[in-house]
Amino acid sequence: MSPRAAARLEGLGFKEVYDYESGKSDWLAAGLPTEGTSAQHPRAGHVARKDVPTCGLHDRLGEVRDRVRAAGWDAVVVVNDKNVVLGLLRSKELDKNGDLRIEEAMRPGPSTFRPHVSMEEMAKHMVEHNLVSSPITTSDGKLVGLLLRADAEREEASIDEKP
Amino acid sequence: MATLIDRRRVQELVRNGAQLVEVLPANEYAEDHLPGAISIPLRNVDRQGVSGLDRGRPVIVYCWDSA
Repeated sequence: MSPRAAARLEGLGFKEVYDYESGKSDWLAAGLPTEGTSAQHPRAGHVARKDVPTCGLHDRLGEVRDRVRAAGWDAVVVVNDKNVVLGLLRSKELDKNGDLRIEEAMRPGPSTFRPHVSMEEMAKHMVEHNLVSSPITTSDGKLVGLLLRADAEREEASIDEKP
Repeated sequence: MATLIDRRRVQELVRNGAQLVEVLPANEYAEDHLPGAISIPLRNVDRQGVSGLDRGRPVIVYCWDSA
């Protein structure tokens, strides 16, 4: 659609026309702000905890577990040096043998969600699939934060209460 | 032929005064649009529809995605 609009603008005499090819879906997936009626509702990217601990594939589980639990968390996201999500450890994985490397203990390739997904959709999915947390990533796989089901359900309930 | 750009370039051009135009239907624009964008649905991109645009400044058009 936008290539046709760009061609028409050029036909109407506009000299400098650009086409943002990947469009609104790309903008939303990057977690960037928008305006409009939907923009007022919280989305996954807004509610996700940005302070979630992270670790690398080759870290030792025991050390990671101590650090994560000392910070009050029961989950850690495994990322590479570009902050791309590689895996996730929740309570069950964190309780494995502390001598394991993270790559041996983690849950590889967890389902991730884009920042623009609504709280209603996230809460429904997390309840249906019994997920206590879900990583939120940009379209290129970079970590935005970890969405906790308790946060998603609370946000969704507060939307329902609004007139 | 319009130049294809990514979101970094969009942000840069907008900072420098480019005009952002969403060409999706008006109801989709009302729900969500890029900050500062104006709505000119594709079917309205004609001489009258674009009369509010400044021909002296760059224009960036976008829709949902490249499909």
